[in-house]
Amino acid sequence: MRANFVFTEMGIAIRRNLSMIISVILVTFISLTFVGTAGLLQQQISSMKTYWYDKAQVAIYLCTKTSPQDVCPQGEASKDVRNTITSRLDSGTLKPYIEQYYFENHDEAYKTFIKEFKDNAVAKYVTPAQLNETFWVNLKDPNQAPIIIESFTGLSGVEEVKDQRSYLDQIFAMLNIASLAAISIAGLMLFSAVLLISTTIRLSAVMRRREIGIMRLVGASNFYIQLPFILEGVVAGVLGSLLAGGAIFALVQFFVQGFLAQQLPFTSFVGLGDAWTLLPGLLGLGALLAGLAAFTSIRRYLKV
Amino acid sequence: MISINQVTKQYKGAPRPALDQVSLEIDKGEFVFLVGASGSGKSSLMRMILREDVPTSGSIHVLGENLIGIPNRRVPHFRRSLGVVFQDFRLLPNKTAAQNVAFSLEVIGKSAGFIAEAVPDVLRLVGLEEKASSLPSELSGGEQQRVALARAIVNKPAILLADEPTGNLDPNTSAGIMALLDRINLAGTTIVMATHDVGIVDKGRKRVVELSQGKIVRDERGSGYGVSK
Ligand SMILES: Nc1ncnc2c1ncn2[C@@H]1O[C@H](COP(=O)(O)OP(=O)(O)OP(=O)(O)O)[C@@H](O)[C@H]1O
Ligand SMILES: [Mg+2]
Repeated sequence: MRANFVFTEMGIAIRRNLSMIISVILVTFISLTFVGTAGLLQQQISSMKTYWYDKAQVAIYLCTKTSPQDVCPQGEASKDVRNTITSRLDSGTLKPYIEQYYFENHDEAYKTFIKEFKDNAVAKYVTPAQLNETFWVNLKDPNQAPIIIESFTGLSGVEEVKDQRSYLDQIFAMLNIASLAAISIAGLMLFSAVLLISTTIRLSAVMRRREIGIMRLVGASNFYIQLPFILEGVVAGVLGSLLAGGAIFALVQFFVQGFLAQQLPFTSFVGLGDAWTLLPGLLGLGALLAGLAAFTSIRRYLKV
Repeated sequence: MISINQVTKQYKGAPRPALDQVSLEIDKGEFVFLVGASGSGKSSLMRMILREDVPTSGSIHVLGENLIGIPNRRVPHFRRSLGVVFQDFRLLPNKTAAQNVAFSLEVIGKSAGFIAEAVPDVLRLVGLEEKASSLPSELSGGEQQRVALARAIVNKPAILLADEPTGNLDPNTSAGIMALLDRINLAGTTIVMATHDVGIVDKGRKRVVELSQGKIVRDERGSGYGVSK
């Protein structure tokens, strides 16, 4: 095996076929960027799910001094309100549905808040009194949250009853749709990338038919004849994947961390670490698809 | 060395077979002229020997290989024992004479050291050592055919197939190529040469196999182009 020779031949092929190679690189780049984006979205969803799902509870937020007047005309919820809620939660009608519940007062709420957002600018402006006193209710079956919501919504002294899970599910559904859309576009683009690679490699083979003819005549093995073409495809595919990897990193760094994370400080977002875990997959996918497309197209060309 | 038995080749859609029940034995060290009108099947026969195509029926054995049963992956290795030259030289236009010859060794995986020795040797043999770094476009037809010959024999093949190697050359240049082929033949290489060149065949007085409409109509030793009386 003369690696030197194979690479020289591949270099010649790439130079002769440069504009096609560039289009292969670009199409691979764009399609794999969509694949990577879909991957990021899935990681975002699963990291949010694991973080939030077991924490998701039904929250009964009590009125504070700063609550809006129309829901909380009496201002800060009184001790009576707390007693009413406690007795209802302990009553025979609701108790069977409830796994456990606990009450969080202003100071506790403030402590949790500060712990979760200690690196965040909002922590500086929040005072304990602004944070709702809350009954946190874990249900035996989270799907029965409406029972709690119905029982306490509108009760005087209650600002809001919220099922965190349904709130999350909406986000997840949206993210899932976005990631499905990205995957569909990626699929189409990858399909056209494969077709483009096949065409490019066949064109490259036609341009080098003299060389191929002589190689076959003097008894070069099929592997030796095919290798430069396959490598040509793989190199283009890998360059495309590297660009896609770069785009994913840029997306995470500048859009997700640089923009989204600033705009929505209460949410945990994917980071560069997640982008790193996607990179080998993107590279592998690009190289594999390009290699396979080139291999099948050169085999078919050489058969006739 | 080459043993062809009852070979028929019928191309799809052709009214008559290109080769029709052809049987031919060629021994080691022979020099055989293949003559016949255009379309008589000379090139087709060469392609069968090179295993570029397989006969519709019959059997071919070359260098101990049964070319009907040989698996596809063994064909490249088989071809390394054969050299081929054509009327149109088939050189790579962007490579020098030496690079053209070296290319045929590189693609069968020969070492750089072997190539560095073999290429100048063979170029000297065909009388082109001074033109080693000329591109084909800078060489005359005769010189280009010498490069093609050098490429065909650099790997010391047992058999050399030449399909009208002088077809594009003037009589003087052709004579030079013939002298070279004779030397290659004397060194032990079996040569099968298809040609229309009456002068060359008459002068050679070698074995002549004549094809007509795909059939062998004459097989004579020490013969000329036309039918001998
Ligand atoms: N690939 C092919 N497909 C169909 N027919 C073919 C093919 N190759 C050759 N033929 C036919 O087979 C016959 C023999 O052709 P071949 O090339 O062997 O003749 P030849 O003796 O070499 O002629 P020439 O002296 O002109 O080179 C011709 O009738 C030709 O048209
Ligand atoms: Mg012919």
